[in-house]
Amino acid sequence: MPVDVDAAVISNTRLSDDYSVLALAAPAIAEAAQPGQFVMLKVSRGMDPLLRRPFSIFQRLRDERGFLTGLTVLNKRIGKGTALLYDAEAGARLQCLGPLGRPFEAVDPPAEAWMIAGGVGLAPFATLAETLIARGTATTLFYGARRAQDLHCAEVFERLGVHVVYSTEDGGRGARGRVTVPLEQALARTDRSIDLRLYVCGPTPMMRAVAMVAAAHGRRCEVSLEQVMGCGLGGCYSCVVLARDGSGAPHHTRSCIDGPVFDATRVVWEALAH
Amino acid sequence: MSVDLSVSLGTLTLSNPLIAASGCFGYGVEYADAVDLSTLGGVAVKGLFLAEREGHPPPRIVETPAGMLNAIGLQGIGVHRFIREKLPELRDRRAVVFVNICGTTIDEYVELARILSDAEGVAAIELNISCPNIKEGGITFGCSLPGTHNVVAAVRKVTRLPIIPKLTPNVTDVASFARAAEDAGADALSLVNTFLAMAIDVDTRRPKLTNIVGGLSGPAIRPIAVRMVYECRQAVKIPIIGMGGISDPEDVLEFMIAGATAVQVGTANFVDPFIWYRLLDGLRAYMARHQLSRLADLTGTLDATSRQQAWISS
Repeated sequence: MPVDVDAAVISNTRLSDDYSVLALAAPAIAEAAQPGQFVMLKVSRGMDPLLRRPFSIFQRLRDERGFLTGLTVLNKRIGKGTALLYDAEAGARLQCLGPLGRPFEAVDPPAEAWMIAGGVGLAPFATLAETLIARGTATTLFYGARRAQDLHCAEVFERLGVHVVYSTEDGGRGARGRVTVPLEQALARTDRSIDLRLYVCGPTPMMRAVAMVAAAHGRRCEVSLEQVMGCGLGGCYSCVVLARDGSGAPHHTRSCIDGPVFDATRVVWEALAH
Repeated sequence: MSVDLSVSLGTLTLSNPLIAASGCFGYGVEYADAVDLSTLGGVAVKGLFLAEREGHPPPRIVETPAGMLNAIGLQGIGVHRFIREKLPELRDRRAVVFVNICGTTIDEYVELARILSDAEGVAAIELNISCPNIKEGGITFGCSLPGTHNVVAAVRKVTRLPIIPKLTPNVTDVASFARAAEDAGADALSLVNTFLAMAIDVDTRRPKLTNIVGGLSGPAIRPIAVRMVYECRQAVKIPIIGMGGISDPEDVLEFMIAGATAVQVGTANFVDPFIWYRLLDGLRAYMARHQLSRLADLTGTLDATSRQQAWISS
């Protein structure tokens, strides 16, 4: 059951002119949160913007004794709401509703987990990595961005013991090109007998490309699709994606309660707005 | 002081005037884990056709200052699946269920009303003759006086359930539509549905909604909706359910003073799914402040003379 917390901003760490990591005091949400779930944040007290916005739960925060104290969200300034969030100062309070949505299915050893992130699509993977590592699952992050300086927060994953494979479109760090370049090479190198689960989040064309690569190699792939959402609870039907049901028939499916995590083979990619 | 929040819509008594607005609360069951549905005066479920519908492709909503546009296109599971899959849980949760129905022909409305009259746990039928986002049906009845009259009269013949037409504000004189519905046998009126509106991305010069146009809701429309409730209150005797941008207890009170017996809350529920408790607390506080024992006594108590006198005396 989701709870609505009048959450204090603990800190807002600007990583660049666009990215920030916002820490919120919301222990009740952090305790209930599962990897891949999200919160709905009201970014202003006023009516412009009116609605809340969905944000993946990036990290769960703990105090020195290990008790959960809150969560962070990875914010990229894109529009009015995310700009307000980028400017939020410590001490401000934001209504934070969560946790919401269908989580990732974290695999256990001997299966291996490969997370593929593009840009702000890194957001759902810190909690997933934490869960996977705690289960002893070998975990790799394929992390792609345009330039080296756009690769934020990789140390969060390296600290957890995740094997991080970088790629940049300008070749500034790791493999040159899209994230699918090192991914395809790694898939080709990996023995069929190894059970692999792919998890992907990022720009739609990138997720689509990864879904195709995963299908070509016969690997199961979960995608996190966060659409424009009105409510986050299934009330408004604004966040639908065209997804196939059990019989293969495509239906407009609410990404807030039936997602945001979908099996990649269910998604009708041609219908997704870029 | 014990306070009475109950209100009556004809033969139907609600424990309080707060109803979740159709299209803004799914089928109610989505909220059942977060909100005790029995604490609401009623739940108006998402508009139902006879058959399932996929609705419009996204993007389906866009925000505007103090409001939002939507063009969902009445995606829905159809009346049969609703009765089979959703109604039993709503009944178990003791929700007072208003079923919003929509058809492309009068026969479809009649068929829907017949089916729902035989279902257990339906408190009232809200006739959607005002959805601005579909090409056929709905609003074509709501924008014509004979259309409004004929659909209400036809449904009246086949059901004893309270019939509540939901009117569109996208007409010149909403009060004449209220009269047409009352004359045809409506038990109450819901007003208003959303205002037909549009938003454009100036960089791409494309509409922000796939459907190009959509319905505007939220606080931005509230003063217009209050005026329409006020006009209809003077035109008809049947109870009015007022709606349009209600976000605070004061907004509920404003609609009631203008003439509404009950209200619906839609867009504000997206922002705060727990709004019901805040609104109920605010209504109780107002009643205490004004020594009002029955909230229903507030309906239509607008004093339209005092403002003018104050101006003359100054």
